[in-house]
Amino acid sequence: MSREHDKGMSVIVKTITRLTIGLILLYGIYIVTHGHVSPGGGFAGGVIIALSFVHLMLAYGKETALKKFPKGLVSFLESTGAVMFLAIAFLGFTGGYFFLNFISKGKPYELFSAGIIPLCNIAICLKVGAGLFAIFVALVLLKLESEEKK
Amino acid sequence: MVELYILLIFMIVGAIVATELKDLLSSVIAVGAVGLGLSIVFLILKAPDVAITQLVVEILCLIILIRATLKKDIPFATTGRWFLNTLITVTFITMFLFVAAKALKELPSFGYPIMKVAKTYLANGLQQTGAANVVSSVILDFRAYDTLGEATILFTAVIGVLAVVRKIGRKKQDETIEEEDE
Repeated sequence: MSREHDKGMSVIVKTITRLTIGLILLYGIYIVTHGHVSPGGGFAGGVIIALSFVHLMLAYGKETALKKFPKGLVSFLESTGAVMFLAIAFLGFTGGYFFLNFISKGKPYELFSAGIIPLCNIAICLKVGAGLFAIFVALVLLKLESEEKK
Repeated sequence: MVELYILLIFMIVGAIVATELKDLLSSVIAVGAVGLGLSIVFLILKAPDVAITQLVVEILCLIILIRATLKKDIPFATTGRWFLNTLITVTFITMFLFVAAKALKELPSFGYPIMKVAKTYLANGLQQTGAANVVSSVILDFRAYDTLGEATILFTAVIGVLAVVRKIGRKKQDETIEEEDE
């Protein structure tokens, strides 16, 4: 939590992070893609995905995390999520009205079902995950800079 | 229902502890305990979607509070102009209470058309949207406008944070402004 932690935490924390971070990311993707058949959805899954990168940043320092997930990619993904959500909403006009569920519904309880709902989940996941990670990065950078000034 | 009351009392005690403690780190941990208790309450009330969201958002808030904002170098403008601040606060609270008192008269009484809208969603959600999770079908199909508004709020919040903490705005007057993209 101070300057000496910029380069990351101890070996124990780094090892545990290396073992668990893939599982956390995979669980987030599972929550997002199964949002229409089981509890969860785009918001919760996006926050879990953001937490996996926050975990990386806490354990390995900000250089490693920003190398994996650079700031340009963060802003690109956030904007992509917002535009994708709006585009899905506007594509409803092909059949009638805003937010029309224009893709075929499929069989219930299957992964590829429910029309636009999985697509909306993925868009919200991109938006929420990238947005919250951007807030975290901005606040951490603010703190590091204000410590450097002293 | 006994466990629900135990959790509620635990949360109230945690909130009081969080406000009364002098140490900031202990106070943040107490707030985190309140949030985790709230997620268990959601689980007992059979709302797993909200419980998952509450859990992960609580963890993220805790990390942000501890890692990013707990140090004391962020300036708070609490000194000086206390009279003006108090006046503005009281004025806005009075205005909001007045508008709320006018607006709340027009609403139907509490719990009167009980489950009127939710009955339709529960009966027709699976056929009309094909989503087995009714919560998902409500927030992304029947009530997608609300989700659009929520996404807009988050987008505005991110833009606001990035605008407030950006590097170029926090220069002293005698320092030269260097163009560095952060």
